[in-house]
Amino acid sequence: MERVVDPLAAGARPRLVSSEAIAFAVMLGVLVIAPVVAYPVFLMKALCFALFACAFNLLIGYVGLLSFGHALFFGWAGYVGAHLAKVGKVSLPFWFGGWKWFVIPLPPLSPELAILGGALAAAVLGLIAGAVAIRRQGIYFAMITLALAQMMFFFAVQAPFTGGEDGIQAVPRGQLFGLLDLGNQMTIYYFVLAVFVACFLLIYRIIHSPFGEVLKAIRENEARAISLGYKTDRYKLVAFVLSATLAGVAGATKAIVFQLASLTDVHWTMSGEVVLMTLVGGLGTVFGPVAGAFVVVAMESYLAQWGQWITVIQGVIFVACVLLFRRGIVGEIANALRVRL
Amino acid sequence: MNDAPAAPLLAVDGLQAWYGESHILHGVTFEVLSGEVVTLLGRNGAGKTTTLKSIMGIVGQRRGSVRFAGAELIGRTSDQIARAGIAFCPEERGIFSSLNVEENLLLPPQVRPGGLDLERIFALFPNLKERLSSQGTKLSGGEQQMLAIGRILRTGARLLLLDEPTEGLAPVIIQQIGHTIRTLKGQGFTILLVEQNFRFAATVADRYYIMEHGRVVERFANSELNANVGKLHEYLGV
Amino acid sequence: MFSIFDIPSQALFGQLLIGLINGSFYALLSLGLAVIFGMLNIINFTHGAQYMMGAFVAYLLLQLAGLNYWAALVVTPIAVGVTGVVIERLFLQRLYQLDHLYGLLLTFGLALIIQGVFRNYYGSSGLPYQVPPLLQGGRNLGFMFLPNYRAWVIVFSAVVCLGTWFVIERTRLGAYLRAATENPTLVRAFGINVPRMITLTYGFGVGLAALAGVMAAPIYNVSPLMGQDIIIVVFAVVVIGGMGSIMGAIVTGFALGVIEGLTKVFFPEASNTVIFVIMAIVLLIRPAGLFGRSA
Repeated sequence: MERVVDPLAAGARPRLVSSEAIAFAVMLGVLVIAPVVAYPVFLMKALCFALFACAFNLLIGYVGLLSFGHALFFGWAGYVGAHLAKVGKVSLPFWFGGWKWFVIPLPPLSPELAILGGALAAAVLGLIAGAVAIRRQGIYFAMITLALAQMMFFFAVQAPFTGGEDGIQAVPRGQLFGLLDLGNQMTIYYFVLAVFVACFLLIYRIIHSPFGEVLKAIRENEARAISLGYKTDRYKLVAFVLSATLAGVAGATKAIVFQLASLTDVHWTMSGEVVLMTLVGGLGTVFGPVAGAFVVVAMESYLAQWGQWITVIQGVIFVACVLLFRRGIVGEIANALRVRL
Repeated sequence: MNDAPAAPLLAVDGLQAWYGESHILHGVTFEVLSGEVVTLLGRNGAGKTTTLKSIMGIVGQRRGSVRFAGAELIGRTSDQIARAGIAFCPEERGIFSSLNVEENLLLPPQVRPGGLDLERIFALFPNLKERLSSQGTKLSGGEQQMLAIGRILRTGARLLLLDEPTEGLAPVIIQQIGHTIRTLKGQGFTILLVEQNFRFAATVADRYYIMEHGRVVERFANSELNANVGKLHEYLGV
Repeated sequence: MFSIFDIPSQALFGQLLIGLINGSFYALLSLGLAVIFGMLNIINFTHGAQYMMGAFVAYLLLQLAGLNYWAALVVTPIAVGVTGVVIERLFLQRLYQLDHLYGLLLTFGLALIIQGVFRNYYGSSGLPYQVPPLLQGGRNLGFMFLPNYRAWVIVFSAVVCLGTWFVIERTRLGAYLRAATENPTLVRAFGINVPRMITLTYGFGVGLAALAGVMAAPIYNVSPLMGQDIIIVVFAVVVIGGMGSIMGAIVTGFALGVIEGLTKVFFPEASNTVIFVIMAIVLLIRPAGLFGRSA
């Protein structure tokens, strides 16, 4: 996919403080004081989706794999997290001379544990899905992830613990670490912000690590990476699982914050949304997914009254971005300023 | 025999060409008269294939002038250029694996009257007649080369661009190709040949141009070949 | 009436018939996708929406112009095919130099637009379309009852699929298509207008989708949502079959429809997902697909 031209190669002046650090400081500053001017509910929704988009972008922007089924991890982590927070007891079916249940008798978990549980579920799903999907690349990979997500959608419709059409409702926000009551709007906002920042920094760390360099090499020219001795399939699978897990963190957090896990979050339109957010914000940029998520969530809130036209508008934006605006918002800014963002 | 100089069938003047960012041809100038066999000689990377592709219009960007029968080809698409009466036989031969030999042979459409009919093509290449239903790429290298040449003879094109037709082929086949080119010349075709094997070229060509670094650096006629052997060694490194 | 594995023959063959019907549509749609992918290297996500458009155009032709099913069978693929030509000229042509994923994204966006517009005007409930009078009723075969229209759908789909296969694999026109799929630059250098061929190929693939839509109208209700769920299944079918082969797409489509139908009889909860499960298995054993050339 198109990438921002490396500004240092193009002759930009190297700076004392990197552009990314400045952008991060600005982003953090804005988000810390944002609840003063914007509704915390809107901000939290945008943050969850921003994390979802960043996780998705890890795969497309840095490994070159377009996953069209990321709602799988987002939604199912939401279900698991919601279940852990509300009910706790985990019943895993297994076969031993007939279907049997392996029961882990947990009480309803505190939110951070519920989110971790959701993330763990996403990681496992990511491992299984990844093992199947990594077999192909490019367009096939996209179609396979879409099909796998659709399969899990049907499973969500039928499985008892997901609540089918109703979803899992009245999920308690609980008490963080058993101490902080997350019912308070401000408290939970800063909790979500903390989760987002932590994961964002983790992603940043992954991208700029030796592991991340190998991923970029695979995206540039996989054959060459293989000839250099890298077991590219393993790297791709690890990246896939990481992306799935972080998407799971986003999904589980959203379920706790909005106290609901539903079919919407596992539907393929949700997979399409995260693609849209990342495309609008800028594929392969660090801050692009964040910007894209905020823009799309804001747009949808603003246009909520227009019902089905939102789908049409999303489609128009997709088409416009692909034809005219491939770098996305952050990509265009980065290109204009000749910096890396 | 006319006294006045005939207008060249193909006149290339100051041709420049790029593949993406790479500037390959830096101003190529030469001409081919009707009924001639002209060879472009040169090392690998000299720009010979790019020159053929530029004439055919399948290279990234072109500038300069390529006139065929008086008409300017720069700015036209490759299908328009083909229909003007030029046919291209690529270095890799381009036999389609999803087509059988017969389909490959009949693929290029007739762009003008005057092409060879199948009878005469089979007379030149009897092997093809026996392998008509085989899958195109199941043929040997030599047979594929004959197929690649044979299929463009039907089209009625007057100017044939042949890119290294003898590359990688056994001496017996090379002789057959040489014979074919001489026969075609006798039937009025004009041929622009790209070759690294100048000993082969010497058996068919009327004139030679030597290319290096995207330019034409030397030119001489067949009669002057012996006088220029030294230059050939220098530019071709053989 | 007899039973197999405690399942009455009526139920078994009834589901088998439904499986063949679904398989007909899977085959037609995956054939269209395969033809488009072969020439354009683009996955036409809009395919489902174009299938839906086919059904709607048939419905509207009847409502507004009084044109019956048989006229719709001819007019609809052409009409929707023309919209396909417009899409290719306006949008897809600009993407050929880019990474193929952009084609998927663009056609996804177009699918959202088309589906959203239809959903706005027609809601999500289905509109009825009557089985044409000539094909109403059916015959009792003893072990099952065979509705005439269903039989027609299966036979006609098979004819269209085989006809398409024949044109592509056995005719001169098909030779041009196959050659252009392999090496478009060289084919163009022979004097063939390849861009026009590409445009018409896309139009043809879209027309196939629309034809499937017309045939689907009397069976499933005409609804703006009818494209979206079937397209994902067809993607799975295409991955299973592998995109290299026309006959592979056809055979896989019919076969998976039948397998899905049989699953509904013996293992109903899994019928929604069996095709996806098969896809996962095929990917693990033979990533290129059953009929695909190695990736």
